[in-house]
Amino acid sequence: MDIYRAIADPTRRAILDELVDRSGQSLFELCGRLTMKHGINSSRQAISQHLGVLEAVGLIRTRREGRSKLHWFEGAPLKAIRERWPVSTDEDTSHSTDEGIEE
Amino acid sequence: MRIHLTGVFVDDQRKALRFYTETLGFQVKHDIPLGEHAWITVVSAEAPDGTELLLEPAAHPAVGPYRAALVEDGIPCASFAVDDVEAEYERLVARGVRFVQPPTDLGTVVTAVFDDTCGNLIQIQEEKDQP
Repeated sequence: MDIYRAIADPTRRAILDELVDRSGQSLFELCGRLTMKHGINSSRQAISQHLGVLEAVGLIRTRREGRSKLHWFEGAPLKAIRERWPVSTDEDTSHSTDEGIEE
Repeated sequence: MRIHLTGVFVDDQRKALRFYTETLGFQVKHDIPLGEHAWITVVSAEAPDGTELLLEPAAHPAVGPYRAALVEDGIPCASFAVDDVEAEYERLVARGVRFVQPPTDLGTVVTAVFDDTCGNLIQIQEEKDQP
């Protein structure tokens, strides 16, 4: 899977949002946040698979702390997107809209 | 029917008893020698006749893989109610307790998860007042 498919899924975007909110979360903490804050009631196994996809494209890193496996957001792969379609800073952005890029 | 006893598996019963009483603040209810182990239960000082927590030896061969899998995914094996998670967090951190999840506001509840030093993760939870 490529990075575009990886971030096409709203649950995976919510996972990244929560990892940006706090780095170094366990599967348990992430599932709690997804359920309580996003109304996502996927099983732990399903979330674990989403984490596998995100890790495979490099958007998250995992590390063991003690005997727990924790997850971090890794933004580096997104640089490829910015470099491919550069956003010019002096361009008039008044006509741009956030519509359709929420969630 | 009521829940009067539940338990956690602990690596070392004496060490666990110290942690659950001296650090967390529970009270010993029973401490009865049973061969090489003991029947040890603790209760909340706020509810001495309430649910007992058994500090059970982790010697059974199934306990190791069971707990390793839970801890790997950060899953607590018990959850204790507190009035103020943030205050408990500060109190326990000052006593050297390691938290794997700091206080987290989840809307209707605030939770945090710490390592009990005996092989388990424990959650503390505060129910927020509903508007």
